[in-house]
Amino acid sequence: MKLRLKIWRQKNRNDKGSFVSYSMDDVNPEMSMLECLDVLNETLIERGEEPVTFEHDCREGICGSCGFMINGIPHGPQRATTVCQLTMRHFKDGEELVIEPWRAGAFPMIKDLMVDRRALDRIIESGGYISVSTGNAPDGNDILIGKDTSDRAMDAAACIGCGACVAACPNASAALFTGAKITHLGVLPQGKIEAERRALGMVGQMNTEDFGSCTNIGECTAACPKEIPLEVIARMNQDYWRASAKRRDDSVKPVTPVTRWNAK
Amino acid sequence: MTLDSKLPSGPIEQAWDKTRFDMKLVNPANKRKHSIIVVGSGLAGASAAATLGELGYNVKCFCFQDSPRRAHSIAAQGGINAAKNYQNDGDSVYRLFYDTVKGGDFRAREANVYRLAQISVSIIDQCVAQGVPFAREYGGALTNRSFGGAQVSRTFYARGQTGQQLLLGAYQALERQIHEKTVTMYPRTEMLDLIVIDGKARGIVVRHLVTGEITTHFADAVILGTGGYGNVYYLSTNAKGSNVTASWRAHKRGALFANPCYTQIHPTCIPVSGDYQSKLTLMSESLRNDGRIWVPKQKGDKRKPDQIPEEERDYYLERRYPSFGNLVPRDVASRNAKSVCDEGRGVGESGLGVYLDFTAAIKRLGEHVIRERYGNLFDMYQRITDEDPYKVPMRIYPAIHYTMGGLWVDYHLQSTIPGLFVLGEANFSDHGANRLGASALMQGLSDGYFVIPYTIGHYLASNKFAKVDSSNPEAQQAVANVKQITDKLLSIKGKRTVDSFHRELGKIMWEYCGMSRTAEGLEKAIGLIDALREEFWQNVNVPGSGDDLNQSLEKAGRVADFFELGRLMCVDARERNESCGGHFREEYQTPEGEAQRDDEHYSYVAAWGYNGPGQHPELNKEPLEFDYVHPSQRSYK
Ligand SMILES: Cc1cc2nc3c(=O)[nH]c(=O)nc-3n(C[C@H](O)[C@H](O)[C@H](O)COP(=O)(O)OP(=O)(O)OC[C@H]3O[C@@H](n4cnc5c(N)ncnc54)[C@H](O)[C@@H]3O)c2cc1C
Ligand code: FES
Repeated sequence: MKLRLKIWRQKNRNDKGSFVSYSMDDVNPEMSMLECLDVLNETLIERGEEPVTFEHDCREGICGSCGFMINGIPHGPQRATTVCQLTMRHFKDGEELVIEPWRAGAFPMIKDLMVDRRALDRIIESGGYISVSTGNAPDGNDILIGKDTSDRAMDAAACIGCGACVAACPNASAALFTGAKITHLGVLPQGKIEAERRALGMVGQMNTEDFGSCTNIGECTAACPKEIPLEVIARMNQDYWRASAKRRDDSVKPVTPVTRWNAK
Repeated sequence: MTLDSKLPSGPIEQAWDKTRFDMKLVNPANKRKHSIIVVGSGLAGASAAATLGELGYNVKCFCFQDSPRRAHSIAAQGGINAAKNYQNDGDSVYRLFYDTVKGGDFRAREANVYRLAQISVSIIDQCVAQGVPFAREYGGALTNRSFGGAQVSRTFYARGQTGQQLLLGAYQALERQIHEKTVTMYPRTEMLDLIVIDGKARGIVVRHLVTGEITTHFADAVILGTGGYGNVYYLSTNAKGSNVTASWRAHKRGALFANPCYTQIHPTCIPVSGDYQSKLTLMSESLRNDGRIWVPKQKGDKRKPDQIPEEERDYYLERRYPSFGNLVPRDVASRNAKSVCDEGRGVGESGLGVYLDFTAAIKRLGEHVIRERYGNLFDMYQRITDEDPYKVPMRIYPAIHYTMGGLWVDYHLQSTIPGLFVLGEANFSDHGANRLGASALMQGLSDGYFVIPYTIGHYLASNKFAKVDSSNPEAQQAVANVKQITDKLLSIKGKRTVDSFHRELGKIMWEYCGMSRTAEGLEKAIGLIDALREEFWQNVNVPGSGDDLNQSLEKAGRVADFFELGRLMCVDARERNESCGGHFREEYQTPEGEAQRDDEHYSYVAAWGYNGPGQHPELNKEPLEFDYVHPSQRSYK
């Protein structure tokens, strides 16, 4: 099949960037969106041009590396599917695809379709864990956990951290991402103990970064390749409000966001 | 070189305890004065970095992805083994030990495997405490399944995403230490050389993948948890970025590389569909519990599967292995699929595929039962192939999946370079010639959470560390080496892309050093690889510059190392005149066509030393002794 790819090209953060159109005459409907870009890149290199930079690793929809907008939709039109698993048969012969990176203040541009998502790591760093050091653990069956609870934790824990929720949100909020981790850990008995401190830390960090605030629009959950439910945001708010109301722990301080690369 | 594997003496049950007692400890107040570099943030690297941080060491952790959470470990599906015996079905530490030594076709060290089985139980406890949502019974207890042909149910799992959940557990522990400032994380940073000063590993040279800056980092010890090398075949189930560069550059600095030819081929993957194919997708082997594998009896039969009558089908596994049938081990199932396809009886457009048919199971159990058991896998298959496996048999073909070989390490996980430790898939230690399902996750976490924290302390407490920095001649030489490789790759500006070379190398490896091997074929492969490598260095086209983000340059460096590794794999495979586990030499098979080991001559670890590109490497042998599990021939008839 034939396709026209209109791709955002930008050399680096300081470059202005613009769309460049490429036509592809021989797209195999079985190939994935990323394989289609591979084929384009091979021809670009052979023509002596720079290939399109995009992030990817597992190509199985689990590592969360990949992701860009296709015709304004994060990861493209197919429900619950990352671009690495999106096959070209979902597009029509002759169609034009507008491909551009996640756009959000908290995700500074790196190159072409690649952005800097370290803000998400800093949110986890600010409390997205259970404070148990190696060797501290009791037997795995000492604390029984009902199957429903464990399933609910797993639903939220399925987040791959790709950032599609932020890209989909008109406010560029990271509430679905943050809520997913707060819910995963908070519903488990092991994680309940620190729930309030965790919410203060993570939400505090989210607010410190350049994310917008959540106004319950719901675009995030629609775009999420793992279909994380909106209810995780309610849980996040609940934990955060409860914690703020009786805040006594002033030691929870946000991490300073960095955008440079030469970490010291 | 004589290899000192530092194996403990005395009864195997007490060996690890005794070793721990004999080891020196680092005084708590001194721990923060010791710095440790951890390269890799997969299960092995992240668990090590987090635990060493908790102990108070000053840790620097590196990965090439944008976040440590994205390491290849995230993709593991099936589960993790542990000898908990929660199911009361006869499991024990000894049984897990026994199964692993036997499954490895008697080519692993008994003491290492025993320790792994012992530690397995603590891993599950630790992960549960971290919040890993393992599958549970309605009553709240942890549940298990049997996996990879094991006769007991000892596999713990979190839906089909066990690797993801275990890695997130380790990643979160790591982020906690980053917050505590015991660990500094360096994402998007690739290690390109090892700095060895006065015979000890003291640092690394890295390139920052966004800025292109080449810098040095120093420490008292260096840990590699950089994963396996399956991508030498180009097409594999590994993540695209998985590579051998860190291990290989350490090998070139003196670390021996052990058993490189031991590779694992997984029988149930979605077949290649075209030249553009970039990776292969695994379908869980649990499918073989209910699916029947067949090909047409007639060569080149192009009819649709439902038009081929029963009597014209060859259910070849059931025919050849009446007692195990479709459940024979991975290596046997893979080899048989290859041989029916080589006969011209393969299915699908390429002829490289066999049917995995659920018709009988659906008839017997009903579609709803099959949907409940395998629904998510069927969906994934349909998403990729656009075929409905409830109606049309799946097509599957074997693919490279895991590499048992790796850098040689002793019982302390230390390589032949003092101060260089190697964990996880990157080392060679515990799986012998064949890894059992659900054992890689166990090994990575065992190494990182529970072995290295002790053994590295012993090393640090037993040695003195002179101050080193970038002015040391060894460091300057390593930086110059990295710059020279980068400049050279960028200056060739030839006609072929990096991927085209990588693909061609992969084809050679798959053809001659894949599922079955012959001395003649391996000889031929060595010649082909040498020629292709030469062409690479004259004709590769790496566009762009080294001063900013350049994915072609990253790939080119990795492929350059794959050429050298691929050659070594062929040399190792040719030298090993026997068949064992994943290594099948056609000349060495029983009259029934099964793998024939030669314990008299080949019961050793082959640890290779580097002698320069295209030069014959030096072979060192570590003999293997079996005091507990006595070597026997595997039979599945
Ligand atoms: C599809 C699939 C399914 C699997 N399922 C199972 C299963 O069910 N059960 C099981 O037990 N095993 C399974 N395995 C095997 C298992 O997942 C791996 O063996 C294991 O996760 C490897 O972990 P690791 O920590 O050693 O390496 P990896 O997870 O590969 O991590 C390597 C790390 O090193 C870093 N790195 C590499 N090179 C460099 C460099 N030069 N500089 C800086 N950083 C570098 C990477 O960034 C990464 O962080 C599966 C494997 C595959 C492919
Ligand atoms: S590349 Fe891993 S999720 Fe797409």
